[in-house]
Amino acid sequence: MMIKNKKIMRKSLTGLLIIAFAIIIILLDTETIGDDYVRRILNLGAIYAIVSVSMNLVNGFTGLFSLGQAGFMAIGAFTVAVFTVPVELREAIFYIVPQNPLVANIELPFFVALIIGGLLAALVSILIGMPVLRLKSDYLAIATLGFSEIIRIIFTNMKTITNGALGINRIPGIPTMWVTFGVAIVSIGFIVLLINSSYGRAFKAIREDDIAAEAMGINLFKHKVLSFAIGAFFAGIGGGLLASLLGTVDPKQFYFTMTYNFLLIIVLGGMGSVSGTVIASFVVTAGLEFLRFFDDSLTLFGVNIPIFRPGFRMVIFSLLLMILVLFFRKGIMGQKELSWDMVEGWFHPRKNLQSKRKKDEGGTV
Amino acid sequence: MSVLKLDNVKMQFGGVVAVNNLNIDVEKGKIVALIGPNGAGKTTAFNVITGVYAPTSGDVYLNDEKITSLSPDKITKMGIARTFQNIRLFKNLTVMDNILIATHLHVKSNFLSSAIRMPWSVKEERKMREKSEMLLGKLGLLGIKNEISSSLPYGEQRKLEIARALATDAKLLLLDEPAAGMNPHETDELTKFIRNVRDEFNLTIFMIEHHMDLVMEISEKIYVLDFGQLIAEGTADDVKNNPRVIEAYLGVEEDA
Repeated sequence: MMIKNKKIMRKSLTGLLIIAFAIIIILLDTETIGDDYVRRILNLGAIYAIVSVSMNLVNGFTGLFSLGQAGFMAIGAFTVAVFTVPVELREAIFYIVPQNPLVANIELPFFVALIIGGLLAALVSILIGMPVLRLKSDYLAIATLGFSEIIRIIFTNMKTITNGALGINRIPGIPTMWVTFGVAIVSIGFIVLLINSSYGRAFKAIREDDIAAEAMGINLFKHKVLSFAIGAFFAGIGGGLLASLLGTVDPKQFYFTMTYNFLLIIVLGGMGSVSGTVIASFVVTAGLEFLRFFDDSLTLFGVNIPIFRPGFRMVIFSLLLMILVLFFRKGIMGQKELSWDMVEGWFHPRKNLQSKRKKDEGGTV
Repeated sequence: MSVLKLDNVKMQFGGVVAVNNLNIDVEKGKIVALIGPNGAGKTTAFNVITGVYAPTSGDVYLNDEKITSLSPDKITKMGIARTFQNIRLFKNLTVMDNILIATHLHVKSNFLSSAIRMPWSVKEERKMREKSEMLLGKLGLLGIKNEISSSLPYGEQRKLEIARALATDAKLLLLDEPAAGMNPHETDELTKFIRNVRDEFNLTIFMIEHHMDLVMEISEKIYVLDFGQLIAEGTADDVKNNPRVIEAYLGVEEDA
């Protein structure tokens, strides 16, 4: 009886939390509370959550050290940019080199462009993955990092499609927060379901021990490419949303340093924890904004503190990253997920010490 | 009927011949052992059979079908599963997950239908769980199905590794030193366990082992390797009294 009651209580609490979350978003969305700045940070947080969770699928769950996220985001971002800018505005945007007639007159609805962006990113990731996924650990990281830069440089030079280094602006914005949060919920929901399916278990097996996984009949190459492509797909989706949120894209945004933000998020959240990654996405996005305080000049007791100047924020950021890696290597959650059991554990820490181990000797063998 | 056949298998690493002209014939339903001093090439032979290495020359047959140089996952799909000398469980995962992973090779749903929980995928998943629980039940591991596998005592980890190999539905089990690091009591228990598993699941077992009491008691046929060469084969008694085997293990008396 006790257990049943507990279950009902937990379910209703979960329900309440979801309703509370929805109400907050509705209030923010209708501009009843908060301002544009808060909305923008939250939107950015949701997009970072999508990309980070997709990166965690590859790095944390499949154990492939891939650093190509920024490149795949660029593919999604430019697809959305190229296909959603109203045709009549394009001449003004492509004022140096006119847009290639193949794409110049195609205007697609946002969601269609978004999906195409994701699919293109996945396609490119498969082409890259075929040779690269045979590499292991650091070699894979370097190769994916390189490919991510190659994608960026190609975009810088495909002037007739991407407008080169000038970038594309006047991308139609996101009408409501439900677009980012809706896509985030669906994307992360899909990844969670995938992780808890048989394929997700196969990914984890590869992470734990690829030799044993292969000996258990798991086709390593196929599963690695699958994970890599799904990760790239959602990075592309995240990139597309980012393009629409910012209203402008240019290749410089997608420097490999961008990938490090996501790396920080998944390390902070916990490699192999989706809920940790989501929490960390919002913490890091908000934190990066909060740290802007260090970029402003500061005058204390009439003395101008010289190190407070633009760029100092990134020094603090790097220091935090180092502290994190040195002392909290498992991040907020490690490989665990947020659950009511965990929340209860915070209040009754002793309970967890009891071993739940029970053993039956009653095998027939 | 022969389940596994090695035909003149040679495995060479640069100038080192790890296994030379190896001919092995494992009959269906038998427990067969491969023994030999350290460095004799036993694990290399296993790695050739399971597709980790492609042999320099020679062929491997499973039920008269050539499996030489197929990839390890394909060979497992065809019905050979193995355990490892130094246990290779999926350490951070539960006992149940370890078993479920080994049933993944038969999954028919693609990742999409599996992820969005299409009815047929849900049914498939339920069947996988039922099958895994039944297997754990038979092996007496059901009570610990939610334990993290690395937290298990050593003997149970060995058992779980065998259970995981069974979950692939393999009919031929390759055990690489299953009794390594076990005390005599645990070895005894393992002897019974291996025999019971063979009978219960109609398996053929081919194993590498150093514990001679285990080998002599359990094996119906023994192959002895030394420096990559097969030096003897036969029943426990044949092998025990074979001068070449004694020489390989104990050395030879020098003539004065």
